[in-house]
Amino acid sequence: MKPPPFDYHAPRDLGEALAVLAGAGAGGKVLAGGQSLIPLMNMRLAAPAHLVDINRLTGLATIEADAGGVRVGALARHAAVERSADAARAQPLLRSALRQVAHPVIRNRGTVVGSLVHADPAAELPAVLAVLGGSVRLARHGGGQRDVPAGEFFTGPLESALRPGELAVSAFFPALPPRAGTAFREVARRHGDYAMAGAAAVVVLDEDLRIVSARVACVSAGPVPVTIDVSQVCDRRPAASADWAAVAAAVRDRVDPEADIHATADYRRHLTGVLAGRALRAAAREAAGDGRDAGEAGEPSDG
Amino acid sequence: MGEALHEIALTVNGVVREVRVPGRRLLSDCLRHDLGLTGTHVGCEHGVCGCCTVLLDGEPVRSCLTFAVTAGGHEITTVEGLAGPEGELSPVQRAFSECHALQCGFCTPGFLCTVTALLRENPAPTGEQVVEGISGNLCRCTGYQNIVKAVHRAAELAAEADATPARTGEHA
Repeated sequence: MKPPPFDYHAPRDLGEALAVLAGAGAGGKVLAGGQSLIPLMNMRLAAPAHLVDINRLTGLATIEADAGGVRVGALARHAAVERSADAARAQPLLRSALRQVAHPVIRNRGTVVGSLVHADPAAELPAVLAVLGGSVRLARHGGGQRDVPAGEFFTGPLESALRPGELAVSAFFPALPPRAGTAFREVARRHGDYAMAGAAAVVVLDEDLRIVSARVACVSAGPVPVTIDVSQVCDRRPAASADWAAVAAAVRDRVDPEADIHATADYRRHLTGVLAGRALRAAAREAAGDGRDAGEAGEPSDG
Repeated sequence: MGEALHEIALTVNGVVREVRVPGRRLLSDCLRHDLGLTGTHVGCEHGVCGCCTVLLDGEPVRSCLTFAVTAGGHEITTVEGLAGPEGELSPVQRAFSECHALQCGFCTPGFLCTVTALLRENPAPTGEQVVEGISGNLCRCTGYQNIVKAVHRAAELAAEADATPARTGEHA
């Protein structure tokens, strides 16, 4: 359970970090919080030749929130983003999902951008970025920057569009339009574990409080976060009279989860439908102005 | 050919310690093997059990998921640094002792560090906040009931200590 050897680099600024990464090529890996990378290295599932530690680049520990959304820098820890009142105001889904990410002690160290680049389909933040239609900003030595939308960023389990030599410098989570609400729901065997299934939901209402847009991104439901638009199933009805059972069924039909020792594929599919239905309903309540989503208390058990 | 070594300086329990370590030296191993501070326990080495929790600049972190080189220049508090200068137990340590919040003691250093930071941030946590706060630390002996009691007791002890001036030493 000890990590394999690597060449350690501790750049002092972004330019130096990008130059080192460019030199390291495919053998280079960025170390930010390390809460996913170091376990993989301890278990010898990852053995990067060069580790580029960005923990001294404190200029990347930024959280910028305005009416347009929240931009989170590469060194902003989960705990800092979770605590940020400005970030919660601009995009409430971030905080509700962050509270489900591992444990508080892990969140003291782990970073939001690191979770995105790790691209684990069982993790919460990739689903949040996907359902919001956010993006990740990638920089490279001498080559400027490119913004990759969430839909193109996640390419497979633990695989992203990040190319060798690139550093994810920030991620952008867009704010919600008026009369919109969000919610996050998951079921894990123990609190803090990876979810067996989960869903991040965004619902937008029109002026008569009828549902015009309803989207979920499902966790642990495929090789990448599975984003599903169920606006049509909601059929422009008000939240109170929407056919939530049909919505859950539509989600069930669209996901193709895998079985493992903890849950069969059928159980995961069922769970995904139930959780997506609950998340969408909670998001619709929030959008209608019934207060911020307060979590699962008092929710019906039938989904 | 040996691995490259890096010179780092860590402030551990208030004392600057200089050490030469390979990049891959985990902070947990650096504390135990290089610095001889074996109070920090190593359970799972992949971030699940919480036994190796120490305070990094005052915040609890997994020392098995932190490289010593990354912690260079920062302040570390281990379980050895929780008691006062004369060895008097901190409120958290006293509460764990009073409430029988340990049996084998293997997980205890991690709990003590986690709870010390938890009470510093939230001096009077609710039952729910306590359970959430210690959710990342596993104990295989106690069933947690007495640990939860000890956290509440530690909050009381710390409040009493704060109300009694001129007490020195680390407190939660």
